[in-house]
Amino acid sequence: MARRVPEGPPPPPTVQRVRLRYAKRGRLRFSSHRDFARAFERALRRAAVPMAYSAGFSPHPKISYLGAAPTGVASEAEYLEIGLARRVDPEELRRAIDDALPEGLDIVAVVEAAGASLAERIEAAHWRIQLAGVSAEAVGAAVEAFLAAEQVLVTRLTKDGKREIDARAPVVRAHVVGPGDEVDGCACATAEGGHVILDLVVRQATPAVRPDDVLAALATVTGLALPAPPLAVRLAQGPLDGSGRVGDPFAADHAAGAAASLQ
Amino acid sequence: MTIAESLFPRLEPLLLRVSKPIQYVGGELNSRHKDWDSAKVRWALMYPDAYEVGLPNQGVQILYEVLNERPDALAERTYAVWPDLEALMREHGIGQFTVDSHFPVAAFDVLGISFSTELGYTNMLTALDLAGIPLHAADRDESHPLVVAGGHAAFNPEPIADFVDAAVLGDGEQVVGMITDVLAQAKADGCSRESTLLRLAATGGVYVPAFYDVSYLPDGRIAAVVPNRAGVPERVTKHTVMDLDEWPYPKTPLVPLAESVHERMSVEIFRGCTRGCRFCQAGMITRPVRERSIKGIGEMVDQGLRATGFQEVGLLSLSSADHSEIGAIAKQLADRYEDEKVSLSLPSTRVDAFNIDLANEFSRNGRRSGLTFAPEGGSERLRRVINKMVSKDDLIKTVSTAYGQGWRQVKLYFMCGLPTETDEDVLEIAEMAHDVIRAGREATGSRDIRCTVSIGGFVPKPHTPFQWAAQADAQTIDTRLSKLRAAINADRSLGRNVGMRYHDGEPSLIEGLLSRGDRRVGAVIEQVWREGGRFDGWSEHFSFARWSGASTVLERYGVDLDWYTTRERDGDEVLPWDHLDSGLDKQWLWDDWQDALGEFEQDDCRWTPCFDCGVCSNLGTDIQVGPTGGSLGRLLPLAATKPGS
Repeated sequence: MARRVPEGPPPPPTVQRVRLRYAKRGRLRFSSHRDFARAFERALRRAAVPMAYSAGFSPHPKISYLGAAPTGVASEAEYLEIGLARRVDPEELRRAIDDALPEGLDIVAVVEAAGASLAERIEAAHWRIQLAGVSAEAVGAAVEAFLAAEQVLVTRLTKDGKREIDARAPVVRAHVVGPGDEVDGCACATAEGGHVILDLVVRQATPAVRPDDVLAALATVTGLALPAPPLAVRLAQGPLDGSGRVGDPFAADHAAGAAASLQ
Repeated sequence: MTIAESLFPRLEPLLLRVSKPIQYVGGELNSRHKDWDSAKVRWALMYPDAYEVGLPNQGVQILYEVLNERPDALAERTYAVWPDLEALMREHGIGQFTVDSHFPVAAFDVLGISFSTELGYTNMLTALDLAGIPLHAADRDESHPLVVAGGHAAFNPEPIADFVDAAVLGDGEQVVGMITDVLAQAKADGCSRESTLLRLAATGGVYVPAFYDVSYLPDGRIAAVVPNRAGVPERVTKHTVMDLDEWPYPKTPLVPLAESVHERMSVEIFRGCTRGCRFCQAGMITRPVRERSIKGIGEMVDQGLRATGFQEVGLLSLSSADHSEIGAIAKQLADRYEDEKVSLSLPSTRVDAFNIDLANEFSRNGRRSGLTFAPEGGSERLRRVINKMVSKDDLIKTVSTAYGQGWRQVKLYFMCGLPTETDEDVLEIAEMAHDVIRAGREATGSRDIRCTVSIGGFVPKPHTPFQWAAQADAQTIDTRLSKLRAAINADRSLGRNVGMRYHDGEPSLIEGLLSRGDRRVGAVIEQVWREGGRFDGWSEHFSFARWSGASTVLERYGVDLDWYTTRERDGDEVLPWDHLDSGLDKQWLWDDWQDALGEFEQDDCRWTPCFDCGVCSNLGTDIQVGPTGGSLGRLLPLAATKPGS
């Protein structure tokens, strides 16, 4: 058979790698990761971002996504990395892509990549879960029992059927946020309107333990029942420090950028 | 004034419990939110299928934009909800909603439903019921929206006559403006529902079924359909937009977050078709041919790509390679977007060498995966009957060229159950498929050649020369297809490389009932819906048993499923849609039907003299084709935001 090769020169090489932090807010939290990926790639085209492409008959833009929050869960801290064929100013790029994305999918920060892979810096995630129709006492008691256990197995439905995972081991921190509490510099966490706020820090694990799994575990240990669907948001992802705080994964890129600009 | 309040706060908690919730939240790029109070006339536009199928629909997108451009109107969209959400909405008392502002559909002035296929009828009933709108038009009052049907199926709206207040035939761009004007005035005048409908009917272009009485002969056939009041036309005519360049819609196509069936920027390059394939309702009811100019196409593609970020451009029409300047369009688009990784596609093409050149141009910088051809009929004789003139030699020659130039797979579309068809006609499909494989092996020197044969059941449609034909029964179709499968596999070496895809005959029979049905069929649709019928276009939801069971309600009229489907009609029979004017002359359709039975072909009036189908003379016009001798035109400067430049 006649073998065809693409006409013209090979695609230009990657000259700059940038890392993006984005948020999934409001009703667009119902978008799946695939939905986001399609919207993002279209936004890159509308914003005329000089993407680097793979070679071949169906060239793909160079994008790598990190583990995404589940469909229906909002997030302030999702991450991805892209390769560019021409150097750009990170802040201009942030604005251009953000303008091209629908409201609710927002680009929060952009840095030029430096050093180790971003995935290696994502050690844990910080979640906040809003629960309605339950008392703070009941949730607090369930959290206490959960933390006291060594292992809490929950069943997760996957494509290949049911699977048991330990929801306890990766949980670094879990507590009910009281009135006036400040968590990681965020004061917006006080319970209001009869909601109970559950704050969670969960270490990266395979398979990833998600807010759903922890809530299922709370139900397992004390029979905590939730009359209304929970509202979860991922507040941060990044390196984990000794006190159980989640840091900024871009800190190293920023430091490298500052050092470079001093030279 | 109607007050509308968003249903979203009540819907939101339910969305965590349904599949693909993104389809219900709206917020698509290029969607519009107009102020409720500022509009005099408010339209809810529905495509009665799942969001993933309905969102890309061009008809709905065009009307959505055209209506929203009017200062005195607003339009929002609504789609069929899947059974998982339907159950939750019923449990929580949430009505059918629009995806734009999540307003209740019941609060709008008009619910416009676009039917590409009759299999959406049950989904319309779900939406009406969820919205709290009485299923029967006769039970509605001034507080309910007018329910208006459009789309190709509206050329015979009789089976849904009980459920719709009105139906509109043909192109919607202009007529939605006219309807909006009439409704705005009727609201200002404080008209009753009936007098509003009477004003619409009086325009001559809006069909109000309640204003016509149908009488029947003792043998079940229709005796007559006559207006039952003054001021209502005896026949209602279709709408035709003559200059497509004046209507460059959609200008800013909707881009969904959710995955949909067509992820591309579509431009309709012409409307209408004069090929005259006798089975093709779309080709008959959209005449005359009206081309968009090459310049107009160039502007729409440019603007659409900027507005969407789509990576693929589809040039749509019923036979896209027939555009008088298609060669220049293909070459200039391929040149223009060479560096931007935009691919081009040309659905609906004929079998000839010219089209391989076109396809090569379109795939200049992409993969050459599959080419699709539609001979439709298995034998040369049958192709004369259906007026789809493709000789087997031409097909094999074309296919050899395609394989030789790097195309890897050829798909062939056929129909089964065509008028006068015999087993032998269908078995020739196997020969053709074998010859395609042989030709491909010869052209490439490789044994690794694929050919897929795809077969659909033929359904006779209103306003076509086959509107009188007997539909083949399901048993005949199924038997013929199993003989064909055996014939394809009779030669194992060749048969191995031929894939065969087909559907059972039963769903086609129900499509036939709904296509050529009359008002009595409404009771069948309602019963099927009451028994749980939903999403009948989806094989996993369709139930033949439910439809054939419900068809027994027809017994009280002395007719049945077979009477509507496998019965051949006489020339003097009053057809349920005879009072609806598609522009085609009934005598011409009958003569063409007789020509089909005599195996005579009819030429294409694009290239040969007019054969008087009636459409142009009825409209006082002529076919509108180029060439204009123009070009795609210059590109405007690229988007303002160009980081790093």
